[in-house]
Amino acid sequence: MDVQALKALNAARQARRAAILATDLEDGGGRVILEGDRVDGLLGEAVAAALRTGKSSTVEADGRPYFLNVHLPPPRIVVIGAVHISQALARMAPVAGYDLTIIDPRTAFATEERFEGVDLIADWPEDVLRQRPLDAYTALAAVTHDPKIDDFAISEALRVGCFYVGALGSRKTHAKRVERLREMGRSDEEIGRIAAPIGLDIGASSPAEIALATLAQIVQAFRRRDLVSGLVSGE
Amino acid sequence: MTDLDTLDPLVTAETWKNAGRDVAVATVIETWGSAPRQAGSHLVIDGEGNFEGSVSGGCVEGAVIAEALDVIASGTPKMLEFGVADETAWRVGLSCGGRIKVYLERLG
Repeated sequence: MDVQALKALNAARQARRAAILATDLEDGGGRVILEGDRVDGLLGEAVAAALRTGKSSTVEADGRPYFLNVHLPPPRIVVIGAVHISQALARMAPVAGYDLTIIDPRTAFATEERFEGVDLIADWPEDVLRQRPLDAYTALAAVTHDPKIDDFAISEALRVGCFYVGALGSRKTHAKRVERLREMGRSDEEIGRIAAPIGLDIGASSPAEIALATLAQIVQAFRRRDLVSGLVSGE
Repeated sequence: MTDLDTLDPLVTAETWKNAGRDVAVATVIETWGSAPRQAGSHLVIDGEGNFEGSVSGGCVEGAVIAEALDVIASGTPKMLEFGVADETAWRVGLSCGGRIKVYLERLG
């Protein structure tokens, strides 16, 4: 590996971009492949699989042995709304290996007492997300169903390609939201990515059950994402 | 929020190299059985034997560091294999019960 490759790899990791260091085990050459780069042939297939699973391994491609070392940013969840569902989700997410941040400008909701030990920010999403931008390895769950609080974050999540965008609210609420997002400049394709009503359909009823259904849907979106095209693959 | 911190071996390797030090990078390429560090884990070593990171639970680092000094001198990568020598060693309960393959190269 040369120092240029190492610098490119470290820069990608710092920027929370998925990257693979492909080392040719015969001649020792190392090459950094970033998520979304086009790689042809068998190596390209192996790269796509490695990015999906996150597992580093030796592969045989085009007659040569390569070691593909996968560096994926740790996945995280950003929740808009310090509501009852979020209290349950904040406990479940770490168990599944997800970092979690909650944003809610309403100080009556966003209290230390209700969210002990949770990364909680009592401020407007517009302001918080400027400092801490969303990215492809972030899931966004908007659960206030207040357009003033949810809409900007949902639009931003679609724009930057969060691997999951979920929004709480009935079908009627969502239909109105779709109109507003169109006015904010989001395409129908982007809007179609929103999971609404939020969560896998397991008949969830209590806040904790909705949190569970949401977390399961986030895991599904992460494991089935298609990194090469940047789109979440269908069922 | 990221896993990049002062203990990150690849960040250490870059810092060392920028400071003009010779650096070797060891990478776990394959594991069998109960290996403590998964494939992709790194140990980085400088020309004076300073190191950061790990390729096992502390069992084989010494040997990798010794080999690293050779690799820094020659510039030729090496493939190293470590494992339990025999059945007896396994039965007495050595903590590193697995086998690992480590690729060692000079940072050019």
